[in-house]
Amino acid sequence: MICSFARTANSTVFPDLYRKGEIELELVPQGTLAERIRAGGAGIPAFYTPASVNTPLAAGKETREFNKQSYVLEYGIQADFSLVKCLAADRYGNLIYNKTARNFGPVMCTAAKTTIVQARKIVALGDIDPECVITPGIFVKRVVEVSNPAEESKLVAEKRRYPWK
Amino acid sequence: MEIENKNSGWNSNEMAQKVAMDIHDGAYVNLGIGIPELVAGFIPEGRDVIYHTENGLLGMGQAPEPGLEDPELINAGKKCVTAIPGACYFHHADSFTMIRGGHIDICVLGALQVSEEGDLANWSTGEEGAIPAVGGAMDLVAGVKTIFVITQHTTKTGESERSKKCSYPLTGKMW
Repeated sequence: MICSFARTANSTVFPDLYRKGEIELELVPQGTLAERIRAGGAGIPAFYTPASVNTPLAAGKETREFNKQSYVLEYGIQADFSLVKCLAADRYGNLIYNKTARNFGPVMCTAAKTTIVQARKIVALGDIDPECVITPGIFVKRVVEVSNPAEESKLVAEKRRYPWK
Repeated sequence: MEIENKNSGWNSNEMAQKVAMDIHDGAYVNLGIGIPELVAGFIPEGRDVIYHTENGLLGMGQAPEPGLEDPELINAGKKCVTAIPGACYFHHADSFTMIRGGHIDICVLGALQVSEEGDLANWSTGEEGAIPAVGGAMDLVAGVKTIFVITQHTTKTGESERSKKCSYPLTGKMW
């Protein structure tokens, strides 16, 4: 697991595996994670960032000085699959998102061999104004319509836990 | 006039109010979770301050009226918020471009420990078995032009939060 915040309400699977030593966690500052994904999707193998310098998260990493300030070398990442949620998609894979649920979606779409998108609605080609497309369809391989998706906040409020019953 | 014998120092609202006085008109501001969130309520009238939340909103407004919450309009602490007229949404890489690129003027953060030199530890107590989580704190302290830390001077058990050196893992070093 490569993650910046591996804790969420009512989660049990990850904490259990982590405490048993059955899953490895690579903890990354949130902005570094976003940039590593962006770089991975953009064909940039590595970059330097000031975040985490002089902290335990920079331990063992290459650092370099630019303009009298220290930066740490971070590598781009790519995944085999990315699973992304959006508001609307067309069959070319052009996407628009909903408010802060945009999140890591647009960068993650670019950084996987197969990007699978869950859309609240699949619309006809041309229904999304080309000026308003957030993720261009070239980054998306599959689109699945889920008109009434489960919402984390509701699941948490209902104290639901995985595995779902 | 009787002087109140107050040995507990400023309360959270009083601390937030002091910080609010230092936030200038036109500032782009990111507020951390906890006491820093209170700062928005004390900005002097007439100052136009734009709030950034790192999960992807510039122009964050107050909490919504009950019943008008939108689970897809939240802040970094997962609380429901609103967007002001003129707000915009963006993805994480753009959000941290604003932070790391020096476009955000002020960030107000809470602390676990602060050293004499101004080093900050606010993400982990290094406790054995705890699931480590850092979020955006390290990017914020590395990239935002001015960092304010708002914290009690003592912990719940009375120990000083300000010491020569931080014993908890650092979020960032003063430079």
